[in-house]
Amino acid sequence: MSEKVLMKGNEAIAESAIRAGCRFFFGYPITPQTELAAYMAKRMPKEGGTYLQAESEVAAINMVYGAAAAGARVMTSSSSPGVSLKSEGVSYIAGADLPCLIINIERGGPGLGSIQPSQSDYWQATRALGHGDFQMVVYAPSTVQEMANLAYGAFDIADKYRTPVMILGDGMLGQMMEPVALPEPKTDLPEKPWATTGHQGKRAKNIANSLYLDANELEQSNIERFKRYEVIKATEQMSEEVNCDDAEIIVVAFGASSRIARSAVRAAREEGIKAGLFRPITLWPFPVDALEATKSHAKAYLSVEMNMGQMVDDVRLVVRDSAPVEFYGRTGGVIPTPVEVLEKIRQINEGLGE
Amino acid sequence: MEEMRIVFAGFGGQGLLFAGKVVAYAGLIEDREVSWLPSYGPEMRGGTANCSVTLSDEPIGSPLIMDPNNLIAMNQPSLIKFENDVTPGGRIFVDTSLVNRLPERTDVEVFALEATNMAEDAELKGLANIVLVGKLLKETSFCSYETIEAAIRKAVPPRKAALIEKNLQALKLGYDA
Repeated sequence: MSEKVLMKGNEAIAESAIRAGCRFFFGYPITPQTELAAYMAKRMPKEGGTYLQAESEVAAINMVYGAAAAGARVMTSSSSPGVSLKSEGVSYIAGADLPCLIINIERGGPGLGSIQPSQSDYWQATRALGHGDFQMVVYAPSTVQEMANLAYGAFDIADKYRTPVMILGDGMLGQMMEPVALPEPKTDLPEKPWATTGHQGKRAKNIANSLYLDANELEQSNIERFKRYEVIKATEQMSEEVNCDDAEIIVVAFGASSRIARSAVRAAREEGIKAGLFRPITLWPFPVDALEATKSHAKAYLSVEMNMGQMVDDVRLVVRDSAPVEFYGRTGGVIPTPVEVLEKIRQINEGLGE
Repeated sequence: MEEMRIVFAGFGGQGLLFAGKVVAYAGLIEDREVSWLPSYGPEMRGGTANCSVTLSDEPIGSPLIMDPNNLIAMNQPSLIKFENDVTPGGRIFVDTSLVNRLPERTDVEVFALEATNMAEDAELKGLANIVLVGKLLKETSFCSYETIEAAIRKAVPPRKAALIEKNLQALKLGYDA
C-alpha cells in the first residue's frame, strides 16, 4: 500500500482497476460517473492501455464483450440510465461466460431521473441486468478506500468464475473525496486458455458465443453456470457488522446509506437503544449466512436504502417470520439524514417495549 | 479535537472546492478522518457552488453536511442559503467584498473579511478563497500552520506549481488579518 492520497471515489476505482491489470476501458459519459472515464482517458495511454469513448453505451459494452473474449482485463462504467442501455450486452457477456467489470455510479430514476445519488438500481443489479438465466457478483462499497479495494479484487473474481462483476456505487461515493491508500500494481495475471487469441493451428479453436440453436445444449450451459453460482454463494459472501453482537434492532444498509445508518446506530446506542448495523458488501451473493446468524438475538430489522424499498426483499427472505422487517428510505436523489433514521429506530424500539 | 464540519459556498470559479481540498489535505496530513463532497450538477455553471468538508476523530457518516459548525460564504445567495444551518455557537466567515449584509444570527460568531479586495490589493487576484482559509485557521486552529502549508503544496497540481507561493502569501494574509 502506498502513501494515502485524497481521491474521489470515481478516480480511486479507475486507478485501482489499472493497478489490477485493466488495460481496456470503453464507455460513454454520464453524470455522476464522469470523473472515472476522464481519469481513464488521462491514465490509460500512459500504461499502454486503450481508453475509448464509444459512440453509445450499446457500442461500449459490445467492445467490452470483444476485449473480454480476447482475454483482456476490461471494464466499463456508467450511471443508471446508461447501465440500462448496456443490459443487452451484459447478458451476452454472461451467456458467453466472459469476465469483465461494470461500474454503476447510480443516480435517481426511473427514466433520465435526477443526477443526484440513489440506490434504486438494486433490483436491476441483483435480479436481472439483462434477459436470461444469469446473475453476477455485485459489490457495494461504502468508502473511497473500499471502492479501490473492491475494484482491485473484482477482476480476480471475474476471471476465477468467468462472470461479469459489478460495483454498485452512487453519486455520493463517486463524487466524494477521502484519503485512500492504493494497492500495488498486479503482475501475476491468470492464464486464460479459453481466450480467442488466435490458435495458429496448434490447438482447437476457442469460440465466444451466447447463441445455442440446440435447446439441450443451452440448458446444460445454464446448469453448469448455476453450479458456479452455488460456489460463489458458498464462498464469496461479504458483510460487515457494527455492534450487532447484542443488538435487538438490526439496521441493514449498504453503500452510501450505510454511512448514514452507522451514524444513526451510534446515536441510538448513546440513548441506550441496543441497535446494530449489518452492512452487506456483496449484494449478490447476499450475505445470507451472516444475517441468518443475527436472528438468534434480533427482535426487529430495519432496512435503510436510498430507494422505495428494494434490498428489504432480500432481508425478508432471510429473516422470514422470525422478526418484523421494516423499511426506511428516501428516493429520487434525496439523501436520508441520520436524524430521520434515528427517529425510525426509536419508533421500532418503542414498539418492542409493548 | 473539535469535529470540523465546514461548508464552503459561493459562485463557481471562486475556488471553493479547492479551498475545501486544502483543508481536507490538512486533515489527511494530521491523520484525521476526512471527507470532501462537492455539490454537482447544473447549479455549478455560473450559479452557486459549494462543498462539504468534515475533519473528525471518528469515522464519518454522511459526507453531506446538514449542520455545519463553520460556514465560509463568498456570495450573498450562499449566506442566505446556509446561514440558518449553522449550529449555535458555530462560526460564519463572510467575504464582505461581495456580500453586502452580515448574518442576522446572534448565536454564532461572525468573522467579516473583505477577502476579495484584500487579495486584489496584494496582487493575489483569485485567491480570496485561501485568504479565508487563513482566517478559518487563525480562528479555529483546526491544524498547525506547517500542516496547512504542506496541504497547499499537496493540493496545488504539479502543472500549477508556480502558484504555490501566491497561495502561501494569501494564506498568511488571511491568517494575519
